Formats: sequence, structure tokens, C-alpha cells
Amino acid sequence: MAFVLLTTLAYLQWIERKVIAHVQLRVGPYRVGPHGLMQPLADVIKLITKEGLIPSHVNKLFYLMAPFVAVALALTSISVIPFGPEIKIGPVDTWMQLTDLRIGVLFVLAVSSIGVYGVALGGWASNNKYSLLGGLRSSAQMISYELPLALAVAAPLLLANTLSFREMVNYQSGYWLGFIPRWNLFPEILGFIVFLIASFAETNRVPFDLPEAENELVAGFHTEYSSMNFAAFFMAEYANMVTVTAVATLLFLGGWQPPFPEPYSDFVPILLFAVSGLIALYHGLNPARRMDKFTLPATALLFLGIAAIFGLSLFVPLAKPILMALFWFCGKILVLLFIFIWVRATLPRFRYDQLMRFAWTGLFPLSMFNLLATSLIVALTTK
Amino acid sequence: MTAIIFILFAVIAVFCGINLVVQTHPIASALSLIGVMGSLAVLYLQLGGEFIAAAQVIVYAGAIMVLFIFVIMLLNAGAEPASFQISRFVKYFGVLLLAAFLGLISFIIQALLPKTEGVLFGTFQGTTLDVGRKLFTSYLLPFEVTSVLILIALVGAIVLARKEI
Repeated sequence: MAFVLLTTLAYLQWIERKVIAHVQLRVGPYRVGPHGLMQPLADVIKLITKEGLIPSHVNKLFYLMAPFVAVALALTSISVIPFGPEIKIGPVDTWMQLTDLRIGVLFVLAVSSIGVYGVALGGWASNNKYSLLGGLRSSAQMISYELPLALAVAAPLLLANTLSFREMVNYQSGYWLGFIPRWNLFPEILGFIVFLIASFAETNRVPFDLPEAENELVAGFHTEYSSMNFAAFFMAEYANMVTVTAVATLLFLGGWQPPFPEPYSDFVPILLFAVSGLIALYHGLNPARRMDKFTLPATALLFLGIAAIFGLSLFVPLAKPILMALFWFCGKILVLLFIFIWVRATLPRFRYDQLMRFAWTGLFPLSMFNLLATSLIVALTTK
Repeated sequence: MTAIIFILFAVIAVFCGINLVVQTHPIASALSLIGVMGSLAVLYLQLGGEFIAAAQVIVYAGAIMVLFIFVIMLLNAGAEPASFQISRFVKYFGVLLLAAFLGLISFIIQALLPKTEGVLFGTFQGTTLDVGRKLFTSYLLPFEVTSVLILIALVGAIVLARKEI
């Protein structure tokens, strides 16, 4: 589980570089392996074998503690995220989740609110003015954006009347009028937008990446870090991104519930993978570049194979709920992650006063209004 | 098992509390305070007060202590030099005398206090629902008065910090 997560984090970096490259009309990593697929591995090997330099002027204990705190807390919150429904494996009924807390949502909020210490401590312990400024900015920004984030989270909690992720997703099952999924996204569209914007700030991503603004602060809070300590901050950032998008999926997008009613939704993954396989095959037969003759048919084979697995799973009672739940859950997370990367590739950075004004005069009243309106509706409709 | 966890986190809480006073550097003290709050949250959780535990971490460890550290970092407060000399007598006998004193105090308290039932882990009803219901029915007035108090403190802080117009 942890291994899968860490590999995903490494490849998220690859996806991000590729997407940004294509947005900017470049090709991105291309040398290591086909289409740079081995690039994350090369990066990891490079970072591990590099010398971990400890500058002489740092506060050693806190300097070494900071990346550890950051990455440990970022990986903790994934433990309460459910990936799928209850499944039967032989005689055992189990949930596709490590543990279900009655206060799961609060747990994630608590862990993420402590996560700021990694950045703040790292910035302070480095004993460097750029790092200190980065750490200060980060803590101020995270406190400010935690308010709209928490208020945006509170509204769907009111609707579902629970703090557990599992019950939250169960509440969102079913369809209005037979085809509109009963996701919190539709009544809480305002809350979802506020949540998404605030989560950009919480994960220190563009357009709110003031803590590591390259043109002002060199690299911000991790200027003085090297080797795996440096990589730990990056891992924490990507793990936070995954957590935030998973929480958004669970609270607003119905978790693993498919967007189409039951019999139709089963064919979506098959169609998706089969069509992309066929497109790859077509381009492989009419190659634009020399390499395409080999790589595209191989990709097509892979996609068609996945489509076949999904097709076969329809007839295997055990595999279907697992595969379908994983497909929809991961699909939604990937879409949200793509939005994160997309925004990074297209938007410039905010100025610091704009960032603060936006949080306190824009997002905060908006999320407050959303919460009040939701509670009014809930109070009027429930007896 | 519950006893082990209780003792572990109680010891951590006391150790962090002592460390908070002993440390000369403000940041180290603040971090010890976070340790105290974290272990208190674990103790609440053990008693069944899950909402209180989460609120403890979110509000105290997550928000208030971040502000503390923020201010310490902003002022760039360094380590305080020790402002007093420790006599040789205190150095050698202080800990022993302190332990004896605390033991005496705890013995007296235990002897004087009436015997009550020990706290049982897990019997206390502290779910979010219970806390919310209590807060908005039986304790509504104290709750509202407290929030007004905090509002007054907030307004006072803004008035004090405001620039002269």
C-alpha cells in the first residue's frame, strides 16, 4: 500500500512534467526509457545517492526534523481514505480502506493543520533569510486558507449528517431523476469551488506557491536542503495533493460511485480503454516518427488488455466491485490532479497582499455564506 | 493495553511540559507545548472524547501554536541566557528534594480526597453528536458568553493594533 502510494507520487511528478511540457509546446522528459517513463526512477536514484549536506549554520535537530515531520504527516492522512465499497473475499467481508474513523474528516483536517510545521520549521531552522521568509509565508497562508477550507468542508457534512468518509460516500449514492448522480457537487457547487481554491493554497501550489517563489526567494523554505531531505519536501507536497484531491472526491464527487446508473457505468472503462487502444493502434499503423512503429502498438496492446480485463471482470462477481470502484475513484482523483497541474501550467503567481486579501475578503465570506445557506436549507427540510 | 497507552502518553505530556520550562530557546519551548497538546489529545481520545481530541489538535496544535511559532519567527527571538546562578546545594539535592516533596503532596491529596470510582476508558460518551447536543442545549448560555468574550478580545486587539488615523 505504502509502496504503491510512493510510486504513484514519483510518477505524479512525471505526469506533471509531461503535462506542463505539452502545455508549453515542449516534449518534457524523453531520454530515460520510452517517453521518459524511467525518469522518476532515475531521479530517485540520483537523490538517494547524493550527499546529504548539512550546512554549518543550521539548527541541526530542527533542520533534520522538518522534512521528516512534513512527509510523515502527509502520508498519515491517507490511512482514513476509503478506496471502494465493502467487498467479500471468500468468507471475509472487508472494506477497501485501512481504517474508518467516526471523525475521519476531522482527522484529515487535524493532520493537515499540523503539516504546516514541517515547512515552518524547515524554513526557520535553515537560518537563512530566504528560507525564513518562505516558512513565514507558508504558515500565514496555511492559517488563512484553512478557514475557508474548513467552512467549505462543513457544508457537505451538514447535508450528510456524518463525519465518516464511508457514510459520506454512501449518502451520495443513487440518482436524481434516474440519471443525475446525487453527489454533493450539485447542491454544493460553491463549496466545491472554494474547497478547490483553498486546497491549492494549502498544498502550496501555483498560483499560491509564495513559500517557494523562485524569482524572489531562491527556493523558499527548502533552499538549504539537499539529497533525500529535499526530496522529502517534494514527496510531502505530492502526497498532500493526492490527499486533498481524494478528500474532494469523497466529499463532493461521490467517492467511488459511478456518474452513470449501474449497467451503463460498467461499460465506460471498457469503452474508454478500447477506444484509446484503437486510436493508438491506428497511429501506430501510420507512424509519424520512426519510434512510433513500436511504441504505439505496444501502448495499444496495453490499453486493449486493460479493456479486456474490465470486460472479463463483468462476469467475475468478485472482481467487478473492486475494479469498478478503483476505476471511478482513481479516475476522479486523476481528473482533479490534472486540474492542479493545468492550473500550474497556465496561471501566474499571486502577489502576497493579493493572496491575503483574496482569502479574507473573497473566499472567507463566500464559504460562510455557503455554510449559512446550507444550514438554513437543512434546518427547513429536516424534521 | 489502555493502561500502557495512558502511561506512555501521560509520561510524554509531563516530559514535554517540563521541557517547555527548561528549554532556553522559544521555538523549542513552543514545540514542547505542541507535544503536550498532542499527548493530551491522545488521552481525550482514550476517554472516548473523539471530537474533543480532534478539536484539540486542530485548534490548539494546528492553529494557535502555528501563530505562536509565527510570532517567534517574526521577532526572530534567540535563546535566552540563563539569568541566575544555580547553587551547588540545589544542583545535587534539588531533584531528590523535589521528588520527596511531590510524593508527600500526592500522598496527602490521596489520603484527604474521598474515594471515588476510577475513570473507565471507553465508557464516557463523547461523540460529536453528544458534544453538539450538550453545547446547544444545556450549555448554550456559557457557550454564547464565551464567544462574546472572545469577540471582545478580538475587537480590543484590533483597536490596540490599529494605526492612528
